[in-house]
Amino acid sequence: MKANYGYKDGSGDFYITIDTDLCNGCGECVTVCPAKLFAVQPDENDPLRDVPTAVVAGENRNKLKYACAACKPISNRPPLPCMKACKPGAIQHSW
Amino acid sequence: MITAGIDLGSKTIKVVVMKDGKIIGKAIGLSGFDQREAAEGIFDQALKMAKVSRADIQSIMATGTGRKEVLAKGPISATGEVTEVTADAKGAVYFHPKARTVIDVGAEEGRGIKCDATGRVVDFATNEKCAAGAGTFTEAMARALEVKLEEFGKLSQQSTKTIPMNAQCTVFAESEVVTLVHANTPKADIARSVHDAIANRITSMLRRVGIEEEVVLIGGVAKNPGFVDALKRNLNMNITPLEEMDIAGATGAAIIAGEK
Amino acid sequence: MAKEYWRWPEYRMTVGEKDWKSGKIITAGIDVGSVSSKTAIMVDGELYAFSLMRTGSNSPDSAQKTLNWALETTGIAQKDLHYIVGTGYGRINIPFANKAITEIACHARGANYVWGNTVRTVLDMGGQDCKAIKCDEKGKVTAFLMNDKCAAGTGRGMEVFSDLLAVPIEEVGELSFKVETEPQPVSSTCVVFAKSEALGLLRQGWPKEKVLAAYCSAMAHRVVTLLEKVGVEKDFVVTGGISKNVGVLKRVEKELKTTALPRNAKYDPQLAGAMGAALFAKALVEKERK
Repeated sequence: MKANYGYKDGSGDFYITIDTDLCNGCGECVTVCPAKLFAVQPDENDPLRDVPTAVVAGENRNKLKYACAACKPISNRPPLPCMKACKPGAIQHSW
Repeated sequence: MITAGIDLGSKTIKVVVMKDGKIIGKAIGLSGFDQREAAEGIFDQALKMAKVSRADIQSIMATGTGRKEVLAKGPISATGEVTEVTADAKGAVYFHPKARTVIDVGAEEGRGIKCDATGRVVDFATNEKCAAGAGTFTEAMARALEVKLEEFGKLSQQSTKTIPMNAQCTVFAESEVVTLVHANTPKADIARSVHDAIANRITSMLRRVGIEEEVVLIGGVAKNPGFVDALKRNLNMNITPLEEMDIAGATGAAIIAGEK
Repeated sequence: MAKEYWRWPEYRMTVGEKDWKSGKIITAGIDVGSVSSKTAIMVDGELYAFSLMRTGSNSPDSAQKTLNWALETTGIAQKDLHYIVGTGYGRINIPFANKAITEIACHARGANYVWGNTVRTVLDMGGQDCKAIKCDEKGKVTAFLMNDKCAAGTGRGMEVFSDLLAVPIEEVGELSFKVETEPQPVSSTCVVFAKSEALGLLRQGWPKEKVLAAYCSAMAHRVVTLLEKVGVEKDFVVTGGISKNVGVLKRVEKELKTTALPRNAKYDPQLAGAMGAALFAKALVEKERK
């Protein structure tokens, strides 16, 4: 499942996409994210699935533009820690 | 050399007339329904104060969201245009030479600008096209609370409590504020949360450009002491709201008009 | 008190014809949305009764009220229900529900029930959010996107306009077509800025029909951009409160160049989430009984 967490408002598109078919539930993203955006838990959108997956948890979903700001300087942007840490390559950012 | 800068904001229009680096005329007025007509009236006021006529002015730079309205058009017929970011940085450093970070929060846009000693822009980030990132948010919340905008900031200073506000969107936040009022939450606490929310958004935006001291604040929302306090709390550093906060952009435009 | 133009009718119905007592699994799905609360009662996975009402200030109360109303006159008591699944915005606040499941999962499952297993894309336009969901032939979600951060593209945004123009919300869609030529969409995405833009248009002398047309098409465009993020595949269906607004729906179809499957006369599309929840309830009972 391609789970798109985030939103689009007048100022732009702010989505983190987690491909739950690729996610192995390792939890590296949970550890590295300075804004503590991620959690590994049972997939709420697939109630009959038994394996946990990474999700963008709770209230954070609606603040991504601000929550991710620290990792996204306008100039000299380094690779994002969450994407770098995800070995299966399950995480994408839209902006 | 006589130059002018005109800043056509979504809510107000600001005009500055300069002679050899000194302000000799200025005027501020509401944008109203017909922005171009309003601009002409405000421009005339500034000319009157400066005791000059349109013909005496060698160069006019327009800035602000409505700048196209007067660019090479009408009696003002601005000779060129600059972005708000460029004008803001120039104007802020003119008034406060040590400024290296400029925060501009207007009615419809928020901007964070990093600049050098000459007022040249090094980096910037904006919050735009979403009312939650600018002054409109505070205005709408004051209305929902039935508090006058001028008193809203002061009201927030009476509170020391942080209550969570979940809604990020202005429309949803209006309903949330009404619900909080119905639950007998003190208005001062709600006011503080509103100011914290907006300050938080502006702070995150600033982190993208990197914050260097000294930090100055311009734009209409800088007049709101509750917002200034919330921003200081959030950034945990000193911030100087410029006295000339309204005309910084127009002044920057007038200076640039002289450089070109 | 001023007339509230956004009000819509609340109702309930019993649709099951068989005797519920002959059923093996009796379940309820309760969808507590920010604006409306719905309950679907199912007997062996077939819709038996339902209710639809405005959500009050308190989620547990709203859930109980809509459940009671759906059960009213059916002879089914709450204790006869084998399993209750809660969904929607208020799902975590339903104390008597056996489980909470996201509305994303429930809408996909519900759409699969209402329209059949050819459904691949579900657009749910709710009161306070908008969801674009892709699913497989079993009604399992394969991709989704939800916007509940911003009022643009949600029922709340439309309510702001219905109030501004003093047009009852049910009439917005029809009225928006009473224009000679289709105007340019309102350019601001943000509802607050769109409202000022609309005020400007009214001052210029635009009739309210034209302003509504401009807003409906802006909303349609907004929804289409959300759908494009997950990719639209046929069959395409629309659920949720705004699916009743033809002014938005027809413009979404026009921009997508795809028609949504027609409304199934048997089921109110606003009930899809509640029905999906009742179906998950049945699947979970079966899983437990194995």
